[in-house]
Parts: sequence; C-alpha cells; structure tokens
Amino acid sequence: MVTQISEGLKAEVKDLNFYYTHHQALKNIHLQIAEKKITALIGPSGCGKTTYLRCFNRMHDLYPGNRYEGEIILFPDQLNIISPKIDPIEVRMRISMVFQKPNPFPKTVFENVAYGLRVRGESRRSLVEDKVEKALKQAALWEEVKDRVQDLAFNLSGGQQQRLCIARALATDPEILLFDEPTSALDPTATSKIEELIMQLKKEVTIIIVTHNMQQAARVSDYTAFMYLGEIIEFDKTDKVFTHPSKKLTEDYITGRFG
Amino acid sequence: MEIKEKLIEKILLFIALSSISILALIAFFIFGEGLPFIWKIGPHAFLLGERWVPSHGEFGILPMIVGSFWVTLGALLLGIPLGLACAIFLCEWTPPLAATFLRPAIQLLAAIPSVIYGFWGLVVLVPLVRTYLGGPGLSILSGSVILGFMILPTIISISEDALRALPPYYKAGGLALGATHWQTIWRVLIPAARSGIVASIILGMGRAIGETMAMIMILGNAVKMPSSFLDSARTLTTNIGIEMGYASGSHRQALFATGVILFFIIMILNSSAIVLSRRRVE
Repeated sequence: MVTQISEGLKAEVKDLNFYYTHHQALKNIHLQIAEKKITALIGPSGCGKTTYLRCFNRMHDLYPGNRYEGEIILFPDQLNIISPKIDPIEVRMRISMVFQKPNPFPKTVFENVAYGLRVRGESRRSLVEDKVEKALKQAALWEEVKDRVQDLAFNLSGGQQQRLCIARALATDPEILLFDEPTSALDPTATSKIEELIMQLKKEVTIIIVTHNMQQAARVSDYTAFMYLGEIIEFDKTDKVFTHPSKKLTEDYITGRFG
Repeated sequence: MEIKEKLIEKILLFIALSSISILALIAFFIFGEGLPFIWKIGPHAFLLGERWVPSHGEFGILPMIVGSFWVTLGALLLGIPLGLACAIFLCEWTPPLAATFLRPAIQLLAAIPSVIYGFWGLVVLVPLVRTYLGGPGLSILSGSVILGFMILPTIISISEDALRALPPYYKAGGLALGATHWQTIWRVLIPAARSGIVASIILGMGRAIGETMAMIMILGNAVKMPSSFLDSARTLTTNIGIEMGYASGSHRQALFATGVILFFIIMILNSSAIVLSRRRVE
C-alpha cells in the first residue's frame, strides 16, 4: 500500500494513531523516513501534518489528554520514541524542531545558540564558543552576525531570526531536524535562503518538513507524503508524487483543485 | 444631541481632573509645610541627623530612614522568593481548577486590613521572636516577616500576569530543544518576563515602604539607630503616624518634612516600575 523505500532508514512509523482526548487526528500512519534525506509532508489545512510532525519530538506531551498509539522507531538503536516509557526530554535531545514563526529567546544571539548546550550542562567555555560558531556557520548566518553575537536576537531580521533558530537547533547535533512551515512568516528572499540552507543541511542531518507550499516541497524534498483527513494518501519519491501521482486525490491537490 | 454629547464630555473631564487635582493638592500641602522646614534646619541635619527629640528641637530622621530601609529589605528577602515561587507554580503547575480557587485566595491576602496583620504579628510572631531569638520581640525581624506576607499579593499577581502574557512559542521552543520544564522556566520564561517581574517587586517595595499601621504595632517604635535585626525600630511612616496626633509648631512641620522624603522615595519607585514594565521585550 505505502511505498517502501530502499535507502537507509532513520525512522519508521508503524500503525501510528494519535488522539486529542477523544478526537482522532491521525489514522493508521505508516511511513519510512530515509536517513539524511528530506521528507516533506503536504496536504490541506487540518489534514494532520503538523500534528504528525509534532509526534516526532513528543510536543503533544505538553497537554494532558493527548494519546499516542503505535510506534515510531528511531534507528539505529530501534527506540520507540512515542512509548510512554521513554522520557520526552531524551527524545527532544535527539530530535529538534524549528517552528513556523521565528521564536528566538529574549537573549543575545550567542546565548540563543548556546541554549541547547547549556541545558545539557555544558559549561566549558571554549567548547560552547566553538559549537556556537559551527552552528551559526551551518545555518549560513555566521558571516552576517559574527560581529554582533552579543546583540539581542530581536535586532536581527525575520529571515535571520529563523536561521538563528535553525542554528540553535543544530548546535546540539540532532539526528533529525523537524521544520514546521519554516518559511510561512518570511518574505520570498528570506524564504529562498532558508530553502537553500535546508538542502545543504541534509548532508548532515535527516530532515522532515511540513509545508503549505507545494512548490517548496517539490524544490527541496526527496520524498513527499500527501496527507488528507489524518491519513497518508500517498507517499513516494517527490518527483514521482508531483509528476505521476498514483491517486486521484493527490493529483487534485497538487493541481490546485482543492485545499 | 451634539450638545448633550459635549456636556457629558465636559462633565467627565471635570470629574477626571478633580481626582487628579487631589494628588496635586496633597503634594502642594505636604511640600508647602515640609520643604521650608527642611530648608530652615538644613537638609544635612534633617536627613543625616541621628537624634529625634522634638521637645529639644532636634529633628534628625536618619534612624527612621535606616529603619524603613531594613524593614523593606527584610520584607523583600522574604517576599520575592516566596512570591515568585508562587507565581511560577500558579502559572506552570497548578491545574486550572485549583488555580481558580488559589487565585482569589491570594487576592484575599491583599484585602485583609493591615491592622489585622499587625494584630496577628503582635499576638503570634512577636512572642515567638522574643522567646526563641531574644530581644524585645517587637523588632525589625518581626516587621519584615509581616511585611513580606503583605507584599505577596502584589508580587504574585503581577509576576503571574507577566509570565502568562508570554507568547506560547517561548515555552514550546524551550522544550523542543531538549530542556526540562524547570530549565525552560529558568532559562527562557523568567528572563522573558523579567520586566514584569521587576515591576512587581518595585510595586511591592512601594507598598512595604508605605505600610504604617501594622508597623506601628510590631516594630516597637524606638527612636534610635537599630544595631541588629532583633532591635526595635521606627520607620518614616510610623514616625508620622505616631506623632501627628499631638504635634504642633516645628514638630508638626518636621513630620510633614518626613512626608516629603517618603513622597520622593515612593515617586521614584513607582515611576521606575512604570518605565520597567513598559520596556517589555517585543
């Protein structure tokens, strides 16, 4: 039913159901996440793509009554990250997230990036400095901010703030990076910079991105999953999904007939 | 119709101005009585004089300034950690149902008349201090503890509002990077709400400095430089409260002058609270 991928896997989702108290938001999801590739989740508003993304770092645990069923197996150690026995903190240490709206903390540029290291108890100054610089370089922000890392992060532009949030997520070397519509609050120039950056980053980290923008999914991703009403309708290599979709629903959506 | 609107506008303007003019009148009166006196004996002798013996014409209020300072500092040492902990707990851990009961209870703390706080302090706290720590019991320590409780509602409710007003993405962002709940509170939420928290502390401080009735009952009212936290003391406000009833002539003016100093201290505190709470980080 759902296409099996032949590359190395970073995660495998099996029989995932998710409930907001009584409302079932995700139904029987099966999906494979290829290692160091970009997997895009597309679909109309309310289809469950953000809900699905948030399962990967247990963000639903913030609210009581939310319930997961099934498995999300993280490789190589085959850890079921949605098992209640697993501490969500441990999951979030390995799987980091970049949000829709840039959300730098009210701190300096430096301290924003250092945050993840500090909460892990890292206090060796030179090591923190090295990691911050490395993360800012990975996020293609270093050249723009190297002279003002002690400035407040709010003084950066929107696009820079979002790259700062990416640097902040990268500083702790996550295994998977989740993007929740990372460019929806940005102008086209800033958007193309972020897209370029995301494509660069797949050399080092597995990426899952939720996007409203189908062109964006087509441009950046290797695999695409089309979701509708809490289910995965179609999952395949991105060019296949966009050129020869196997389902009528997918075709209707990507040709703009609904959504 | 238009005439009626204009009339209502003018009436409201008049009412608004008259309430503000009360402030102006109070300031005018206090300054009119107090400032010439300070001028006459010299700000130096008034502010730094250590002896207050009105019958001999000695009007030094330094012991009272020191008394106010210590009592307020003590109140803050107790009130800030207690109040902040309470605000954080209410905001982050209290189930919504429990919070609907706890919040009014805290507001009730503000509604208790200060004479009741004073009474409770006198009957319960003062004997405890006297028995277990020594001294007269009527002391800076007892006063600080009572004042610390009295400023709790101010600190709790304003700090809680500041924490609650934070956009939810701070918390989500903090947690998403692998921080624990407490790390997120300590490293993200509190710094983000800092201006509101500081404002709550300053307003609490203003309340502590201004408190009179409870302090008259608990502090012991001795006019001397306190040398330990178990000593009796007198604050600027209690000095006015105790003596105004029978003062006349320059003694009376000296009490107004004490009021001038209080007025300045409170004004500085309140305006800094306003400036700080406006400077919300966007």
